[in-house]
Order: sequence, then C-alpha cells, then structure tokens
Amino acid sequence: MASMVITNRSLSLSPLISVQPSRALVDEKITITVRNLPPKQKVTLHSLHQSEDKDFWEAFGHYISDEDGTVNMAEDASLGGTYEGTEPMGLLWSLQPVPGSRPGLRLRKMNVLLPMVVHISVHSGHIVHGFSQAAALATAVTERWFMAPGVRRVDVRESGIRGTLFIPPGHGPFPGILDMWGGGGGLVEYRSALLASHGFVSLALEYLSVDERREINVETTYFETAYQVLQNHPQVQRDSLALLGLSFGSSVTLTMAAYSKVIKPQCCVCISGSHVHLVNKSLFEVFQDFSINMPKARVDENNHVIWRGLILPIPTEPGKKVDVGRIKCPVLLVLGEDDQNWATKESAQDMEAMMERAGNKHLLTVLSYPGAGHLIEPPYSPHFRSSNFIIQQLKKKVIMLWGGQTKPHAYAQEDSWKKILDFLYQHLYNKPNASLQARL
Amino acid sequence: MAGDGCCPLLSVTPTRCLVDEKFEVLVQGLCPGSQVTLHALTQTEDGDYWDAFGHYVSDATGSVKVSEHCSVGGSYEGIEPMGLLWSMKPVPGSRTGLRFRKKDVSIPIEVHISVYKGHMTEGFKEQTPLASVVAERWYIAPGIQRISITEKGIKGTLFLPPGPGPFPAVFDLWGGAGGLVEYRSALLASRGYVCLTLKYVGLVKDGKEHNVGNDYFEAAYTVLQEHPKVCPDKIAVMGLSFGVSVTLGMTVYSPVIQPACLVCVSGSHVMPVNGCLADVFAAIKKNVRNTRYDEEQRIIWRDLLLPIPDDPSKKVEVGRIKCPVMLIVGEDDQNWPATESAEDMKQMMEKAGNSHLLTILSYPKTGHLIEPPYSPHCRASNFVMAESKSKVVALWGGETVPHCLAQEDSWQKTLAFLKKHLYSDTSMCKL
Repeated sequence: MASMVITNRSLSLSPLISVQPSRALVDEKITITVRNLPPKQKVTLHSLHQSEDKDFWEAFGHYISDEDGTVNMAEDASLGGTYEGTEPMGLLWSLQPVPGSRPGLRLRKMNVLLPMVVHISVHSGHIVHGFSQAAALATAVTERWFMAPGVRRVDVRESGIRGTLFIPPGHGPFPGILDMWGGGGGLVEYRSALLASHGFVSLALEYLSVDERREINVETTYFETAYQVLQNHPQVQRDSLALLGLSFGSSVTLTMAAYSKVIKPQCCVCISGSHVHLVNKSLFEVFQDFSINMPKARVDENNHVIWRGLILPIPTEPGKKVDVGRIKCPVLLVLGEDDQNWATKESAQDMEAMMERAGNKHLLTVLSYPGAGHLIEPPYSPHFRSSNFIIQQLKKKVIMLWGGQTKPHAYAQEDSWKKILDFLYQHLYNKPNASLQARL
Repeated sequence: MAGDGCCPLLSVTPTRCLVDEKFEVLVQGLCPGSQVTLHALTQTEDGDYWDAFGHYVSDATGSVKVSEHCSVGGSYEGIEPMGLLWSMKPVPGSRTGLRFRKKDVSIPIEVHISVYKGHMTEGFKEQTPLASVVAERWYIAPGIQRISITEKGIKGTLFLPPGPGPFPAVFDLWGGAGGLVEYRSALLASRGYVCLTLKYVGLVKDGKEHNVGNDYFEAAYTVLQEHPKVCPDKIAVMGLSFGVSVTLGMTVYSPVIQPACLVCVSGSHVMPVNGCLADVFAAIKKNVRNTRYDEEQRIIWRDLLLPIPDDPSKKVEVGRIKCPVMLIVGEDDQNWPATESAEDMKQMMEKAGNSHLLTILSYPKTGHLIEPPYSPHCRASNFVMAESKSKVVALWGGETVPHCLAQEDSWQKTLAFLKKHLYSDTSMCKL
C-alpha cells in the first residue's frame, strides 16, 4: 500500500487531534483521537515534552488510519515505535530523551504548581527520528497535573523538619500520609501532591539533603517529629495515618513501624524497599555500614552500577534487619522483580518468612511485578532503566541501573498505584475499591 | 462527622474540563439510605455568588452517583448529570438582574462542590459540609492562542488552535448588548476552528460613539479569510440575537462575505434591506411603542419587529442565500420574535427554492439567551440601553429545565453542523 505523502503545503484541511480530558491529573487516563486523516494512511503519533531541566523527551507510535480517516489510541494498535499494541497511554509512559540528549536523564516534576505540558502531533508516514524537522500535520497540547484544583501546598519548616504538606480541598479532617523517597535525597513533592488530590493530607519529607557538603545526621527522632507534625495538624485525623516509602524510604517505614513508640500508623506502603537495615542505629551509621558492602557492587556491560547484591545474602542475625514480626499494622509491599538496585524480591520473601514465624503474616500483602524495576512511580510516568545518581558517601557520580523493561514496568506503575490507593482507602477511609469506582 | 462513623469521599471526574464536557460527581462512604445534599458554588468575576443543589439518598453501598441517581429536590430534580451547573442561580441576597458571563477566558470557572448531611435548602455557608472538592470549567483548551485584533480599525479577538492548519473558521457575532464576548469563540477554537469574535456595538470614534458601516464587517471577515492558517472558503458565520441580523444581511448582500454555512441563534431577518447598522437601529426605534412590560416591569421587546412585514424591502431576502443555514430558536423568546421570523424565513426560502439549505431547531419553553451547554439559565437580566444608557431589566424568556436542555442539544447540533459543512468528507480547501 503506497502511502500518500502529505505535507503542510497541501490542500487538505488540518486533521483534528482531540485529547480528552485536555487537562488531566497524571493518574487519569486520557483518550487521544485523530480525525480527518486520509483513510488507510500510515501516520505516526508523536508526543513531545520539554522538562524543567530543558531536556526534550519524546515518544511515538505507528498507526494506520481507518476507512473514516480516524486513529483512536484507545482502540487501535501501534505497529511500532516506542510502544506497541493497543496502548491508550503509550505516548506518555514510553517517553524517552530525544536522540542527542545528555546521558542518564530522569524525568521528575519538581514544581507541582504547574502542569507538565505535552505536545501531541501527527505526522505522515511511519517515521522513527527527525521529528523536529518533520512538519507535523496537526498538533494538540495537553496538560498533566499533579495537583487537583483546590489542593493546597504548604511549606513545612518547623521543629527542625523540612518538608511540604499537601492538603485536599474541604474542611477535613483527613487521613494523613508521611511520604518518604529514597537515598537520592532532596524534597520530592509530586507523589504527595497526587495523594492529596485523592483526599489524603500528605507530608513529603526531606531527610537527606542533596547538598554535597551535608552530614548525614538524621536520627529516628527526626521521623517521629515529622509524624507528630502531621498528626497534630488541625486538618489531619490523628488516628488515621499511614507511612509510604520508596527505596530507602521503605526501610525507614519498616523501622519506624516496628520500633517507634511514637509512630503508630494504621498501615504502611513500602515500594521497592527492604527490611535489611541496621536496627537502632542512626542513619549515618546505617550508611556507613552500607559503604562497607560497596565492594559487592557490580557493573553491567554499560558500566551502570548494580547495587542489588549489597544486601545479599539476606542476613540471618537480628540487629541487621528490621524485626518485621513486631509490626502491628497492615503492610503493602510493592516490588519489581527486575529491580537491579535493591534485592527487594529476596527481602520480601524473607519478610514473609519472618512474619509467618511471628504470626503476623496476615498483615502482609505483596505485589510483585515481573519485568519491573526499582523506580515504581505514579502511573504513566516514563520508565528509567538507569539514570544519573550521586553516591553521597563516596562523592561519586555514577549511572545507576534500576532495572525493568518499559512495558511491564509501566503496567506495574499503573496497577500498583490503583492498589496502593485502594489499600489506603481501605485502611484510612474504610472504603475498599473506592478508587476503582471513582475511576470511570 | 466522627460521630456517625462515616467519612465520605467526594470526587469529581475529571477535575478539569472544557465547559461543554460532562463530569461525574460521586460520593462514597456514606451510611446506606442517608439523606444528603450535593451543592455547587461559584463566584463570578463580578464577585457575585451562584449556587445549585440537589437532594439525594445514598444507595445500599452508601454511594451517590449524580449521573445515575435521582435528585428528589433542590434547584433541579431527576437524573441530571450536570444539574449542579445549569440550575445555578444567584444566591439569596444577591444583586438583582444578574447574568452569568465569563469575561476572562484565560482562567477557568471554579466550582466548589460539597456534600452536606440531610436535605438542606439554605444556609449552606453556615454549615460545614461532609466533604468538598473543586472542579475547574474551562472555555479554552491548552495551546489555543488568544490574539487581539486591532488592524483596519477593527476591535476583535482571534482564537487560534495549535498546529500548522489550515483550519476552517468561524466569524462570531454577538448581540445588541455590545461588548467583546470571547467565550463562545474560545470554545469553538478548542474544537478546531479559527474564531474571530467582533465588537461592533458601542464603538467610539473621535470620542463619540458611532454605528459601524458594512465595511467594518467586511474588513473583519477579510482579516479572518486572509489569515495564513485559515481555509478561506471554509468560514462559517455564527450570530446570536442582533448578530443574526448582521449575519443574514451580510451573507445576502455583501460580495465579500460568502460563508460556507450560517448558524443563527435567536435572531430575525426583519431589517431594512441592504441597510447598515444605523438603519437597522432606526427601524427598530420606529416601533418602540410596541414595547411591552410584564408584571414585574421587565421589558419585552419581541413585538418591536412584529408583525413580520410582507414588504420585501423590510426583510433580508433569504431566498438568495446559497449556503446551508441553521436557525436555532426558543419558542418562549421574549426579546426577539425568533419563532415567527424562522417561520417566515422558511416560507420565503420555500418560495425561492432554496429551503433545502434550511434547518430549524425550535425549542419549546426556551428563551432568547441560548448559551453553551450547562450555562445557567437567565430568564431576565439587567440591560443598558445603547444610546440613552438607561438601565432596564430585559425579559429573555424560557423556563430553566427546557431552556438548559435546548442549550445542550443545540450546541451538539451546532458542532455537528459546523463539522459537516466545514470539515466535510472532501476536507479540501482552496488556498
């Protein structure tokens, strides 16, 4: 089938790209349709985003318009590109740095008050590169928001705590979530902004600054204070709190849940984390111990650093891992089976065994995703198999291998988020499956 | 809230929409069979508050789903997915004669939706709701460019969709209340049309208000036609109220204005043939004794153009129209004799042999101000007379439920009509 080359000097009216809704929360599905194309034509749908760091990210899919000249991403299959098959959200989760970009990039929204803006275009033919030089037949613009209207963002700088609070609209009081990211450090707000958009007061906590000169001297009391700041907030229900952590944040979560006399959450969510973590030591000592294991680090064929072996084999001595048998609240573990950064699958298996022995295994739910890596982010976020990372202890810049293959990783992000929300609704709002109903 | 053990969850999906898109309002986590009130509140740019509310009873799962459940009372009843928007009225104690019109389309309408315990009819401000969310309603999609047009003495605003084009276009003419009204153009641009909305009443030249000549409209139409992203033979003219008079007059008599199709909302063809704006105003003034008032002293102007004249020099020769025309009329229009005009136009076109071009959408119990969907209904509102500047209250007509149904139905049909005649199967344009 010969494809008609359509240039924008032709006499054809512009095809129409519709994105519905054109302004969506990042976890809302959108429907992308192109109409008024010539029938049975090869076209490429392309997405383009310029990050806050000014890098360009793109994704594309190859389609053939139907006899009415329509392409509907919810129904039609991509025949090639950065994603294949019927993937309504493929133009978002398969975003990757454009050719020629700096290496090791990761896409993270730092200013959540503004949306992520994505340009969706349709091009004639099945093209795989040179999009910036190829004239598009049509373009649409869509906004991706981390904050729902009415959500308030409040800086938290009290009692020595550094974080950002996100409060849903309405009077409250609401359940509260203490949200902790991993060893990369910094103050990362987007997940908390999204949680607040679903009815939770969420405190994004900074506990490892990205300042190169920083000293790691964060003690258990830091987290307990943060928890209390959240708990004491006038719009938070004191007895409806959860801890949510990713990577190192999960280790903190498990430690607090097991040992803290102050932190008594209704439930915990641990994404890509492990219980292998020195018990009753300061974070500084934990990282020191960690550095001792550094020789176990490997590199792959691209010289990307693999840390998963650092905590293997899972220790048997107490004091070297959190005694999860002590945990009294429901725990949801989310892990990617191709996690190259942390031995999360082995950790989950060990945690399960410990809880079985202790008699609290009924509290544990494990979501294990084949083909998914370490960075399990909110749905439709791009996948990063590896990215730049600064190892603070060694003052070294490396490219860290996180693992995962894009398609199964994207599925893991979408599925786990639904289940995380359901878990939180169930234990904090007493509403199982609420997120499923709200998602129409 | 802690007392009854219920912690309800309220959601609006999507949280951000275009104004002609539907949303879903869902409450979960109520005790089954409990009475609740869903309430919507918005504050306009003028600072006035408008609200709407519906009374519901939660089902066996403790949920209320507005798109499927019945409102048993409030400002709307029955299964009305968008009732919380279109049934809005100014809150008790507001200034009188208000009309809901968005001036700045670059920011959305913010609607606060709340769920209250029990079936309430007032005192929403004093009561703490069980839950609240905020929904944004936008007239403009992301990526649409808003451009002020001031060339050739024109005062208008152009809305340009993103992308290389070329696009069909809509020339958007509002009514005798004047001003530069942007929201319908912004919305049409969001649906793929380059739109030009024009101010043509109340323009000032040399410090004096003057009536524009026909060349003003031709110049504006030409600006649209010559725009590099516009397909010059795929332009529609859409007029409302007095804008219809301009639309019909220009289409028939101007050699410059040759649209691909017309949409005429709440208007009439009765005007001096081949006259200019000044002539039209003068002719209407001659009939000013036909002004009537209702029991609340609100002005009914529909008779100013009645009876529909037989004299062909007193009405646009619609038999000469060469493009498809859609007339949208409210049968309870108290401001303009739209129904009688439509009927007369039909007869004229049947006689002339071009009635196959005509589509009439006639809505019972619908008034004059047929706005985009889910807009509140305005039966009467304040009006400033063009010349004397005196303030009156004009009666527009219509009853809320049928009027709002007409808004929703006519908009869908307008979009379909524009799509059919501007984005037709051939989709070719002569550049």
